[in-house]
Amino acid sequence: MATVAQPAEHAVTEHAETSTGLPSTKLAIWLFLASDCLLFGALISTYVLYRNASTVGPFPSDVFDIPYTSVSSFVLLASSLTMVLALAALQRGDVARSRVWLLATAMLGLTFVGGQVYEFTTFVEEGLGLSTNMFGTSFYVLTGFHGAHVTVGILMLLTLVALSFGGRITPEGSESVELVGLYWHFVDIVWIAIFTIVYLIPTNPPAAGG
Amino acid sequence: MADTHVDEQEAAPPARAHGGRHPSPKEYIRIAVILAVITAAEVVVYYVEGVQEFLVPILFAFSALKFALVVLWFMHLKFDSKTYARFFLMGLAGAITLFLIVLITLEVWT
Repeated sequence: MATVAQPAEHAVTEHAETSTGLPSTKLAIWLFLASDCLLFGALISTYVLYRNASTVGPFPSDVFDIPYTSVSSFVLLASSLTMVLALAALQRGDVARSRVWLLATAMLGLTFVGGQVYEFTTFVEEGLGLSTNMFGTSFYVLTGFHGAHVTVGILMLLTLVALSFGGRITPEGSESVELVGLYWHFVDIVWIAIFTIVYLIPTNPPAAGG
Repeated sequence: MADTHVDEQEAAPPARAHGGRHPSPKEYIRIAVILAVITAAEVVVYYVEGVQEFLVPILFAFSALKFALVVLWFMHLKFDSKTYARFFLMGLAGAITLFLIVLITLEVWT
């Protein structure tokens, strides 16, 4: 009777009885991510459409702090690395190290969200509220939705850590970590697009007419 | 009697069903370093006066490269079943189409 930890591929082949031969949960998360692409595609397009439509300030160039946002981007990229290291450690059978990487990912995510809260607070103090102008509305809705996704990801990561302490995350059951990882990397690639389109690409001069 | 031999399994690379092996931690770190370098390059380009005329295409190229690296290596689309890639590309194509329609019909960056 084999009671030892088995590599993850044994768990994955158990899904061979599905009609696609692939695990349904993994197909489902990819389908969800595809639908989320459409959501963020719509939000980014809306931002691009309205960011130059404001007739009153503050305008993007008045409030954006590129060095600060760059650090946030590095933090989120680092969290993607710790996420894949968590999965790799689990698939090697090193549950303790996997737990450490999962916790590190959650902490980096918290740092990112904390940075976003600080950024929003600063913008509000500079006069950019949700309903101040078209730029403010589209910016807060887009980055707020992204921040909400990161927050949900952090909750999922902390849940995995808690389950891991309870012995419910094992190398045979690494699929749950892989699925949360896919979601987390998706949040990262959305930020890659947001960082470029929202922060780095310069806006046109404000429209005349106050 | 168990026919599972842990030693043999640990010695073998972490091959996956429905696709090839997943990258090793060293490969992951290498990809992360490349991502960090590209991000730093994006920020540098943003401040360089001489390239402002080509800033938008350069930034889009950097962004697309980072996007591809994360999706292919960190999300394992390079190694997993092509069915996952088809699912994801379906949504991505819809998002990009929507974005391009906005850019072209409303002449946002002209």
